[in-house]
Amino acid sequence: MTMTERPPRTAPAGPSVGRPIDRVDGPAKTTGAARYSAEYPYPDLTHAALTHATIARGRITGIDTAEADAVPGVLAVITHRNAPAMRPAPSFSMLDLSTFASGTSVNYLGTDEVHWNGQPMAVVVAETRDAALRAAALVRLSYEELPATVDFAGAEKDARPQKNSALQSGGATKGDAEAALAAAPVSVDLRFTTPPHHHNAIEPHSTTAAWDGDRLTVHDGTQNISWLRRHLALRFGVRAQNIRVIAPYVGGAFGGKTMVWAGTLLTVLAARVTGRPVRMMLTREGVYRTVGGRTPSTQRVALGAGRNGRLTALIHTSVTQVGRVGGGPEQVTSQSRHLYDVPNILLQQNLTELDALSNTVMRAPGESIGTFALETAVDELAGELGLDPIEFRMRNEPERNPIDGKRFAHRMLREAYALGAERFGWADRTPRPGSMRDGRWLVGMGVASAYHPSWQFAANVTVRLSADGRVLVRCGFHEMGMGGATAQAQIAADALGVPFEAVRVEYGDSTLPTGPGAGGSGQTASVAASLLTACDKLKGSVLALAGRSRESPLRGRRSSTLEARDGGLWTGPAGESYATILARAGRDSVEAAVGSDTRLGAMTGQLRFMSKFMLDRRRWVKAACGAQFCEVRVDPVTGEVRVSRWTGVFDVGTVINAKTAASQLRGGIVMGIGMALTEETLVDPRSGRIMNPGLAEYHVPVHADIPPLDVHYLDEPDPTMPLGLIGVGEVGITGAAAAIANAVHHATGRRVRDLPITLDKLL
Amino acid sequence: MVEIRMRVNGVSESLDVPPWVSLLDVLREHLGLTGTKRGCDQGACGACTVLVDGERINACLALAVQYTGRDITTIEGVAGGGDPHPLQTAFIRDDGFQCGYCTSGQICSAIGMLAEHGAGSASAVTEHVAATGIALSGAEIRERMSGNLCRCGAYNGIVRAIQDVAESPR
Repeated sequence: MTMTERPPRTAPAGPSVGRPIDRVDGPAKTTGAARYSAEYPYPDLTHAALTHATIARGRITGIDTAEADAVPGVLAVITHRNAPAMRPAPSFSMLDLSTFASGTSVNYLGTDEVHWNGQPMAVVVAETRDAALRAAALVRLSYEELPATVDFAGAEKDARPQKNSALQSGGATKGDAEAALAAAPVSVDLRFTTPPHHHNAIEPHSTTAAWDGDRLTVHDGTQNISWLRRHLALRFGVRAQNIRVIAPYVGGAFGGKTMVWAGTLLTVLAARVTGRPVRMMLTREGVYRTVGGRTPSTQRVALGAGRNGRLTALIHTSVTQVGRVGGGPEQVTSQSRHLYDVPNILLQQNLTELDALSNTVMRAPGESIGTFALETAVDELAGELGLDPIEFRMRNEPERNPIDGKRFAHRMLREAYALGAERFGWADRTPRPGSMRDGRWLVGMGVASAYHPSWQFAANVTVRLSADGRVLVRCGFHEMGMGGATAQAQIAADALGVPFEAVRVEYGDSTLPTGPGAGGSGQTASVAASLLTACDKLKGSVLALAGRSRESPLRGRRSSTLEARDGGLWTGPAGESYATILARAGRDSVEAAVGSDTRLGAMTGQLRFMSKFMLDRRRWVKAACGAQFCEVRVDPVTGEVRVSRWTGVFDVGTVINAKTAASQLRGGIVMGIGMALTEETLVDPRSGRIMNPGLAEYHVPVHADIPPLDVHYLDEPDPTMPLGLIGVGEVGITGAAAAIANAVHHATGRRVRDLPITLDKLL
Repeated sequence: MVEIRMRVNGVSESLDVPPWVSLLDVLREHLGLTGTKRGCDQGACGACTVLVDGERINACLALAVQYTGRDITTIEGVAGGGDPHPLQTAFIRDDGFQCGYCTSGQICSAIGMLAEHGAGSASAVTEHVAATGIALSGAEIRERMSGNLCRCGAYNGIVRAIQDVAESPR
């Protein structure tokens, strides 16, 4: 395989790209017409519910289903005693990334073993959801309990260094950071903790499954249709081609719908057992019990600097948790490789194993909590040095990637800070903590850097141009609120020179060409890269058609000289419309494809992705970054913290849709505000049971918590990315919690290094 | 089984349900009106907000039998005479949603909230509760809409949309 690649595609914003176009799914979502996974009608539909284990580790010694069976409407109580065996979860393979999809390694209902408090041990199928839930609560389990490790704080000492993998390394060193720290005239050496978090998409995980012989249809709000389909094929022993996954609308996900969790598998299993279509919408509690969340962390950040304000040492180490049955490392130290020009760096990530449900990816896994620790420590050291925190950062802004000297594909953090400071009014800040007041409120201003690597995955796309000038883009990507169909329609419209309204985008269905997963903020760029190539191919085909006729002004022209505009191809004033070309050629439509879903095609696509990924990694560092500015008001009597103003300036390359991109960035900041001030999953350190599995006890931000968020992006293309775009889904949450913690310190003089910053920590 | 009769989006409905069935289940499972969403079944998220005789309630916490004879409006019924409700239009224009799952509840809640405000009711952030003609500031809207969670964080757009509609002459 050759390692050549196409020259980067960058282009100025066109008639559609960059515009704040309304979402194409707006009418469906504002009228209730959009159907989510639990909303497809099926004749003969049944409903399922789960019974969860109430111990962290042990064996089931008895199951009494008599009461459950007696509930009117109950069709089946499925346990490990009567369930047909699923095949085991696959082991990881870089050649088939769908092997990463297993939420846990547990073969649900194929074992009497309990691996975490909340593991599903029975599925009840009934005629109504009410009956299924009632009966599931009546299944009586008895256990032989075994000793379990469930307390993260207690298990921290047993943490071991994370091994390096192709996708993520567990540590890095440059120089001698410990020695440099000891020698530094000014230094801080700090410990931070962050609690577990849960995604809390407002749509609970829902699956509707219907078997027809060996064919299966699944409606499931997944972030990765292709992974889910292949995973189900493997677990249920049927061909992937026999499975159709339909997921055009996903009611929020944030990483929580990336892996295949118990609810999905057991709905499919229940449908096979009962021979009827089954729907399971997890209860809110059921989501907490069966879908992993963000790992808790403890972090050490130690920084040393000279009196000139230049950093000399950076140490960032972390401990995070994995379950014995699954989960993985978070790249908590990721941003610490890239943000500061330091001669001596030591980074190390460590893992401790618990008898707990697997941790999983949640919006900016790693950087969201990693930036909290690093950017708070940087603020503290700036304070020690008596430097403005922005000035301190600018003195240490690197020209090349600090850890290895690679080039940045694109980096405009200086510009982001300069613009942010101006928009926010940073100059009005008086440096001394506690020096700003508004009536009874203590006022504080804080800043922090945002950072998230940019990713790109394989995507198969087809584009069809019809004689009537309409364009159909098909790709099985995912829409969970990013506005993907709108953005891709904008890209296709400009690439083909047609109005935005002429483009329709089909997505969210496994019958479409395989799309990328929605993760790593990489979906838009991944689809865009293939879509641009497909549009080029399509224009080439149209040109070839035109060239067959002597009448065509395009005859003999080369595609490189052509411009697509006004619904056709042109060279200067000469050219003609697609409609004319197709009509003359007697064609209804012309189609172009990128990527293939044959077995060989999929393998080739995967290899191409991996080689591009590796090559990119060797060449340069790509990322979105930004500057977060926040103002808080703290009540000195109650310790209540209110976020009163926000400015975020982001370097995210070309923005495809000004409206939806700003919304995504705001959404990240909102989740960051929750992380800073209220969000915390409480785990009983004795039993391992989550104690606040609901939205009444796990506090996500509400309307009243969110002031108008001033979001701005620099809109400078990244020359290494398709159209110059960098994903915007995750960078907004990074740095947000640190900006708040720094503002709280500025308001009160109190440093809170343990999230969330609740009232008690300020009293 | 209990017989319940209610008007839903202007249509008279009559059905036999067990007495413990929620209004949310009647709408979603029995009448197929899936625009009303289930988010928590605990009254904590507001995704199931509907209007009962013009007042907003959480349908998940409402027993259907209690609403016999009442007039229920769901997201499917807020538009009038083929035209979208001004809030539906404003939500699209101001990007008041991302994934769309909380949107039905936000819009129904906003309709109810504007009616409450119009009737003179105060909120926790109203400075003078006895005042008439309380200005519908951003803070007032945020306070009054805080029962409706949006995890995508589209709050700014939602508030903007409501403000636009509240300020535009009807």
